[in-house]
Amino acid sequence: MVGVMPASTPAAASPGSATGDPSAGATTPALRLQAVTKSYGEHPAVQAVDLAVAAGEVLTVIGPSGCGKSTLLRLAAGLERPDSGSVWLGDREVAGSRWVPPERRHVGLVFQDHALFPHLDVATNIAFGLDRLPRGERGPRVTEVLELVGLGDLRDRYPHELSGGEQQRVALARALAPRPAVVLLDEPFSSLDENLRAQVRADTLAAIRLTGSAALLVTHDQTEALSLGDRLAVVRRGVVEQVGPPTEVYETPVNRFVATFMGDADYLPAHVRDALLTSEIGVVSTVPGWGRTELDVEVMLRPHEVALRPEPSAAAVVERVEYHGAFVLHHVRLPSGRTVRSWQQHGVRLEPGTPVDVTVVPGSRPVLLSGDTALFAPPDSARR
Amino acid sequence: MTAPAPAPAVAPAPGLVRPRSRRLLGAGRPGWSTAVLVVAALIASPVLAVALRALLQGGLQLPGGVGRMVVTTLLLVTSVALGTAALGTGLAWLVSVHEFPGRRVLSWLLVLPLAMPAYILGFVFLSTFDYAGPVQGALRSVLGDDLGALPVRSLGGASVVLVLTLYPYVYLLVRAAFTDIAPTAYDAARTLGASPARAFRTVLLPLARPSLAAGLALVTMEVLTDFATVQYFNVRTVSVGVYLTWKGSFDVASAVSLASLVLVFALVVLGMERGLRGGARYHQRGGRGRGLERRELTGGRAVAATGACALVAALAFGLPVLRLATWAWSAVADDNPLVNDRFADHLTSSVLVAAIAAVSCVLVSVVLAHALRLGGGRWVRGAAQATTFGYAVPGAVVGIGVLALFEGADRLLEALGREDGTGVLVTGSVLGILLAYVVRFTAPAYQAVDASFGRIPPTVSASALTLGATPGRLLRRVHLPLARSGVAVALTLVIVDAVKELPLVLLLRPFGFTTLSVWVYELASENFWERAALPALLIVVVAVVPVALTFRTRVTGQAP
Repeated sequence: MVGVMPASTPAAASPGSATGDPSAGATTPALRLQAVTKSYGEHPAVQAVDLAVAAGEVLTVIGPSGCGKSTLLRLAAGLERPDSGSVWLGDREVAGSRWVPPERRHVGLVFQDHALFPHLDVATNIAFGLDRLPRGERGPRVTEVLELVGLGDLRDRYPHELSGGEQQRVALARALAPRPAVVLLDEPFSSLDENLRAQVRADTLAAIRLTGSAALLVTHDQTEALSLGDRLAVVRRGVVEQVGPPTEVYETPVNRFVATFMGDADYLPAHVRDALLTSEIGVVSTVPGWGRTELDVEVMLRPHEVALRPEPSAAAVVERVEYHGAFVLHHVRLPSGRTVRSWQQHGVRLEPGTPVDVTVVPGSRPVLLSGDTALFAPPDSARR
Repeated sequence: MTAPAPAPAVAPAPGLVRPRSRRLLGAGRPGWSTAVLVVAALIASPVLAVALRALLQGGLQLPGGVGRMVVTTLLLVTSVALGTAALGTGLAWLVSVHEFPGRRVLSWLLVLPLAMPAYILGFVFLSTFDYAGPVQGALRSVLGDDLGALPVRSLGGASVVLVLTLYPYVYLLVRAAFTDIAPTAYDAARTLGASPARAFRTVLLPLARPSLAAGLALVTMEVLTDFATVQYFNVRTVSVGVYLTWKGSFDVASAVSLASLVLVFALVVLGMERGLRGGARYHQRGGRGRGLERRELTGGRAVAATGACALVAALAFGLPVLRLATWAWSAVADDNPLVNDRFADHLTSSVLVAAIAAVSCVLVSVVLAHALRLGGGRWVRGAAQATTFGYAVPGAVVGIGVLALFEGADRLLEALGREDGTGVLVTGSVLGILLAYVVRFTAPAYQAVDASFGRIPPTVSASALTLGATPGRLLRRVHLPLARSGVAVALTLVIVDAVKELPLVLLLRPFGFTTLSVWVYELASENFWERAALPALLIVVVAVVPVALTFRTRVTGQAP
């Protein structure tokens, strides 16, 4: 853990390694974007992005709409040409000093609208990418991938006769049929019903794992990003802000944007002195490694890190209660007027107006920020 | 008279092309992009040839009497523009803002005159109102002989015929503006307390102004194109001058000079359309197809409204068709050998040329749409857009342009040592007609094909590519099967346009090559009206097809 993380250029040695080469260059990644920049007119969609997906790895890319995450995918597929930088599939350069069009890149692509060929039945859709296979091997391969996605009995149907979930699985089967080294998925689940999504998501992931293809999955859904991938890349305004395993991105975000985007977060002014973090709510936690340091910071508290206890003499007051089913979200107004939120068990429902004592759940390691940037070690200027 | 566009839904005016915001596959393909540029060059070539030839020959060599031609052209264009503006806008207003008996049927019947070429309405009109015709005969029998000859064969007569055949352009575009663009603003004005009349004046008319301008531009281009109909009426416009000069002397220099004069007229019209539009592009969302709140007319007003619409439809389409049918019936009953002998011959010529032209135009359109789907940057998009302007170029310019191209080819061949060149300059050739057709009719074909391509999600194309399909296979296996309805519409549109087309064939046809339209024109010019009726009726019947197609579109709400 080193120094201050500049928001725009996360250094390679940070908790979330920006290039995100998980095995530190031991093997060639299945897909690599190197300093890729792409603009539409004056509007830069992707700026100097470095990103790598290892063989067999699932990397999720998340960001607000219009952040350039789909452009990353189109660049990888060859549907866009980068203005500068290069794209590599394995050890083959496909964009940069040379240009390989999409039909010769051998990547799988699954779209949000599934993009099945409406005039072809399921089997013909899947066989579309198998035309270089000897004729006798096409049928068995179609059967194989249909079994893989669990749709063996639908091979003669037409796309309009399928449900959304089935269409999605056919699209996946079609993309996987030619055995691509890399599958690209552009918000593949967002057109599905909420209650269908979890199952399709799990099935999709299982199918991809079985084939051993590397996958780059674009989404705008935080839950999906956190639960689905081996690693996660957060993109804002065409810049990769942080890459790392989901736990790392969620628990040690490198800046305020990543912290807020990946989950609910409240911020309180706080003070570190000799490894002790204090704020309006009292002692927050200890900060190992911050001895002989004094610094004003901000502390980020996620609602699951905030504990409440009814206390008639307390100055903080429950302001609003949101019932979410299994858990109940309490909004608490502090004496300063700031609010923090706290998840409580199903049974706990404090009436608005209840005075409460606010503490931080023991064992939490809240994130500290200076300005918009997360602090993982005390800056030298704060040493005493 | 050349083929009018069936409806703006299929072939919008040059100024009204939809802005497109489709995300294309941005990488582009050199081969396909080059094909687009070649097509654009091919379509621009006649116009460029006219301009280039005019410059190279060092200025215009205008024959005598050109001043009178210019004045006549100005008068004719102005009177037809005013007439179509008044008639088209008035009828659009009547059927959009009012409810009266028969409104739904009449609002469609009023489009039918699009299927009546002016060179056909022209001779029916003359046969009816000329000195020997039934109307003047009846007048004389009532009023006596001192009535004299009414000035039917005049600029006024030509204007009436052109207004009656061309007003549907204005009517369709303005009506579309009223129902698609204006409803929300009209409703707002009405709820703010404006009377229907005031809302019409202050909201509807200004909002419809761009459409009116586009409609008038189309009308004017058609007037500039026509050099056949006006000759019935002894009206000598510049386009007539082009035709007569060429056919009289085969003098390329003079013909090119006059054609470039027509081109200047066309450019002025396009410039004026821009000006009238005033940079306004109204693309209001919401309320599409909902239409305006219609005021119920009652009593005499309702009768007057129904009567006015019915009268226009009857004069421009119903009565002429009836008269043609009567003549055709008596001609067939007489078993006139002339009817049967040449009929098959000329019909074959028409159908053959039309079919080849349709296939060529659709081929070109599919190449354009497919290449655009493959991406390729601003130049390629601009080139594809440029191909749609061929529809606006007056026929005389296209025709003379093709001749100028042939002349250039002749010179090239002569320079290379072949003494007779292509030999087709004076004799004419079917190849020239086909080239001219591609220049003129690629625009409507492309609009139809492009609309079908627009309904193919870009993700489908992208999926096919990433599955390893080459652009050729993408076209064969995905784009063509999915765009076949647009291809069918495009084929129909071009066949109809080509069967109706007269000026280009007159100008470019080889000796002895006669299509149905030319045959009708020749017979009508010599007052063999009864003999002209059957082929004329056939042309009208064919031309009704696309109008009926658009009617189905409006009723079912589905694009053809």
